[in-house]
Parts: sequence; C-alpha cells; structure tokens
Amino acid sequence: MITKKDVEYVAALARLEFSEDEKEELTKTLGDILEYAKKLSDVDTSSVQPTAHILPVNNVFREDRVEPSLGRDRVLENAPDKSKGCFRVPRVI
Amino acid sequence: MKYETVIGLEIHAELATETKIFCGCTTRFGGEENTHCCPVCLGMPGVLPVLNRKVVEYAVKAGLATNCKINRFSKLDRKNYFYPDLPKAYQISQYDLPLCKEGYLEIKGDFGSKRIGITRIHIEEDAGKLLHDAEDGSTLVDYNRGGVPLIEIVSEPDMRSAEEARLYAEKIKSILEYTGVSDCRMQEGSLRFDVNLSVRPEGSSGLGTRTEIKNLNSFRALVNAIENESARQVKVLESGGEVVQETRKWDDVTGKNTSLRSKEEAHDYRYFPDPDLVPVVLDEEYIDRIKRELPELPDVRSRRYVEEWGLPEYDAGVITASLPLASFFEECVKEYGGDPKAVSNWVMGELMRMLNEKGIEADGIPFPATHLAGLLRLVDDGTISGSAAKRVFTEMFETGEQPKVLVERLGLSQISDEKVLTEVIKRVMDKNPKSVEDYRSGATKAMGFLVGQTMKETRGKANPALVNKILKQLLDE
Repeated sequence: MITKKDVEYVAALARLEFSEDEKEELTKTLGDILEYAKKLSDVDTSSVQPTAHILPVNNVFREDRVEPSLGRDRVLENAPDKSKGCFRVPRVI
Repeated sequence: MKYETVIGLEIHAELATETKIFCGCTTRFGGEENTHCCPVCLGMPGVLPVLNRKVVEYAVKAGLATNCKINRFSKLDRKNYFYPDLPKAYQISQYDLPLCKEGYLEIKGDFGSKRIGITRIHIEEDAGKLLHDAEDGSTLVDYNRGGVPLIEIVSEPDMRSAEEARLYAEKIKSILEYTGVSDCRMQEGSLRFDVNLSVRPEGSSGLGTRTEIKNLNSFRALVNAIENESARQVKVLESGGEVVQETRKWDDVTGKNTSLRSKEEAHDYRYFPDPDLVPVVLDEEYIDRIKRELPELPDVRSRRYVEEWGLPEYDAGVITASLPLASFFEECVKEYGGDPKAVSNWVMGELMRMLNEKGIEADGIPFPATHLAGLLRLVDDGTISGSAAKRVFTEMFETGEQPKVLVERLGLSQISDEKVLTEVIKRVMDKNPKSVEDYRSGATKAMGFLVGQTMKETRGKANPALVNKILKQLLDE
C-alpha cells in the first residue's frame, strides 16, 4: 500500500494541492488502483520486449522544409498574460 | 592531502537543420520574439509532432564520427517537468534507447594522448528562452528556440582537468563543424556545456559526490567554472564538510559559482515513451550510406598535413581544429604551390594574431586564400621584403584588397634591379670613403654600415640580399 507521503510527493510533481481529507481519501483510492494494476506484475514478462509504441508503425518522418509559422498575434492570442511580444509568467528565478 | 578532479561533460549542440525537430518552423537565429512558432512547437492540445528526417541523419553522422554504435531500434520519450521554458510541461527527448552509444574520442596534450569515452548521443528538442530582466517581478518567454533540434553528447567521467575537458570539448566542436552537423556558433548558444564534477583523494578509485554546472557557452567559461568548482569542493572537504549533490550556476562576469537547486527536490522526470511518435528503425544500408558520406575528419586531416606536407604536429593540430581555418590553409597551399610550412607560418602567426585581435572567427577572414598565396609569391620573387609583407598583410586584413595593389599603393616594391642598385651603392661608397678604406684594410665590419646607408638611401626598399652581393663585389674589386 502507499502512504500519505507518496500522495503528497505525486501531488507536488503534478503541482496539485489537496486538503488533509482529500489526501486521506486519495491514499486509499489511489492505493486501490495501484493494487489492482499490480496484478499485471503476476505475468512473467522476462522474455518480452517493452512496448515502445502500440502501433505496428516505424519511421514516420517529415522533410526538412520550412513551412509558414503562425504569426505573433495568433501565437499570443490564447495567452492569459503577455507583454512585449512575449508570454508573461510569474518570475521564476 | 592531494585531490584529483573527475569530470564528465554533457554537450548540447543545435543541429544545422532548416526547420525544427517536429514542425516546419524555421530554426533561424535572432527573429522577433515568438514569430517562429506554430501549434506544434507551442504544445497546443491535439497537435501531432512528426520527426524531421534530417535530425536522425545528423545525429547518426555525429555518432559515426565519434566511434559510436548506432542503435538499430530507437524511440522518443517524454521527460516531464514544470518550467515555463517548456510549453508542454515535458521535453521530448530519448531515455533508454538513444540513437548512438558507446563511442570515444582521442585528445592530445602535454600529457600525451588520451581516450575519452562517449556514453551516448541522443536527440531532443531545445527549450524556449526566458527573459528575466525585461520586467520587474515577471519573466517573459520567447518560444522561437523551443523545438529547435539538439543532440546531447554525454561523456564518461574520463577527464581529470579543465585542460582535458577543454580539449575534449574543442574536439567535439571541430567534429560537428567538419561533418556539418552543427554550425557551432557559440555566441548564439548553439553549443553549450554542462559539467559534472567531483573530487576525490588522489589514488582512490571511488567517486565523490558530484555537482552539475549548467549552460556554459564558451571554452573560457568551461575552464574557469571547472577550476573554480574543483577548488570549492576541495575546500569543503578539507574543512571537514560534505559536498552536496546539486545544480550550480556559473556567472562568467562575476566569476562566481552559486547553488541553483538541490538535485533531490525536483528531479523525478517520469520518462515514458511518447505515444505521438513512432520508433525509429535504422538498417545497415542507411548506416553505411551515412558512413560513406562522412568527410575527412580533423585527426585524419592533421595526420595528412604532417605526413604529406611536413607540418609540425602542433601546427597541424591548431589549423585542423577549425574547419574554416583548415579550408583556408589548404586552398592557400594549393594556390601558392610552394612550401606548405611557409603558408602555415603566416596562418599560425599573422593571421591568427589578427583574428584574435579583432575577435573574428576563421569563417570571417576578410580576404580570399588566393590573396595570401599571392603575397607569399611576392616575397619569394623578391618584389617585397619580409617586413614589407607584414605591412601588406595588415592592410589586406583591413581592406580585403589584392596584395599587388597594396604593394603599389604603399610604395613597398623592392628595388631588385641590379643596375639601379649598383648606381646607388657607388654613390654611397663615394660619400663614405673612410668606411670603404676600413673594409679594404681588413675591418670587414664596415660593410654593415655601408649596407645600412644604402637601405637609408633607398628608404628601405632595396633588396637586402642583392645589396650585400653587389656591395661585396664592388668592395672586393
């Protein structure tokens, strides 16, 4: 089983914030899900290559040819905040 | 106690493609902010990245040029982390199946020759650029660079000094230039170094705790950061402390090296195969074709200069380290037709001095190689003296004009006409009967004075060898 610490760790990686009650709840439900998925470990896969992709397709490439970009106005159209032709975010350093 | 430094390098090189790794946006440097972007490189939901064929080719080329094995089966993975330089909150990179692995390079120095192992070379997308100083309290983001293709070349921890690390990094740079894989414009950040460094008591075989210094973009910064961090770690250990595993930042301006973030807190990248991209499978035929396309590499070229052209090993190493410099040299030797060492002397001397002085790279030499060949011939046929040639060279560097034109304009043509010189010398002898007398009575030193007077008379333009010859004839008559 997982602990509350595991939930807090995963939540921090995903930038999610939970109340104490939610953490308790998640420790149980997330734990149940993982327990369930653990069944897969019962299968012997020692002779099976890990799946890199579910489609039986390889080598899909594009040629190195320039296509028009979007244009700055459209690039920034959905930005919650922008300034001087750039996306603006809270200071990160 | 004596300590030994253990260094591994991760080198990021932007590839010389026209377009980004997963979309058709241009990779051109220096456009207006956020003008080289599209839904794919902005990480909009529902878009489909498609791998640029050229990226695979360049990475394989880099691998083959550094003695790597090429993985026949390779895939792309997502590396997850939150930082605003990535619009998707993950970087598409390669985790357990990189395109190239297990290569090596030879470096040469005062310590002799040494092999540096290359762990792997993988492809990935570059991140956007963060501008922290444009506005108070916020960071501005420009995604033009986001999605520009990179290779990351990861070395084994085989280097033991800043000098070795520099030689290795320079070797990588010249190989990437020779193969055309990257233009390696350091001032534009297309070649960047991350240093992994630890220290240990000399003679011990275990590894100390390492730190990582990220994003060094010049050889000088690389050397300074290594020396500084190595000294810092030794000091920590000697004062009884422990080195903390962390990422550190080197400031080239202040020469300071500060902690950026502790490695434990945020480094769980949760790599997994990117479901948007299918695996890359390479066959022998493909790899052989790339192998055949490899140009002559710097080491081979250097050996050719030594063995066929008789250049000293040092000269050959310096010239071949830079592809544009080697091309210039080679064209000049062919055009000149004389001793390659004479050309090398000019390239290693005057040319490199001027390039350093002006801060110009070898791809910006302001005159064609044929000009230098022409200048050497003017010296050989006695039209100008060696010292005049230096003046012509300096002028040629400034104006890019033909050496012949410059000799004319600067009035540097040597007087090599025997009749003219004989007249001048006779005049000098007439004016200085005492010196002539001295010489003839055995004080041969007096000849030097007469040569000097002749040079003065011709304002330095007399061919010195000829003056000596004629003067001696006249005196000995």
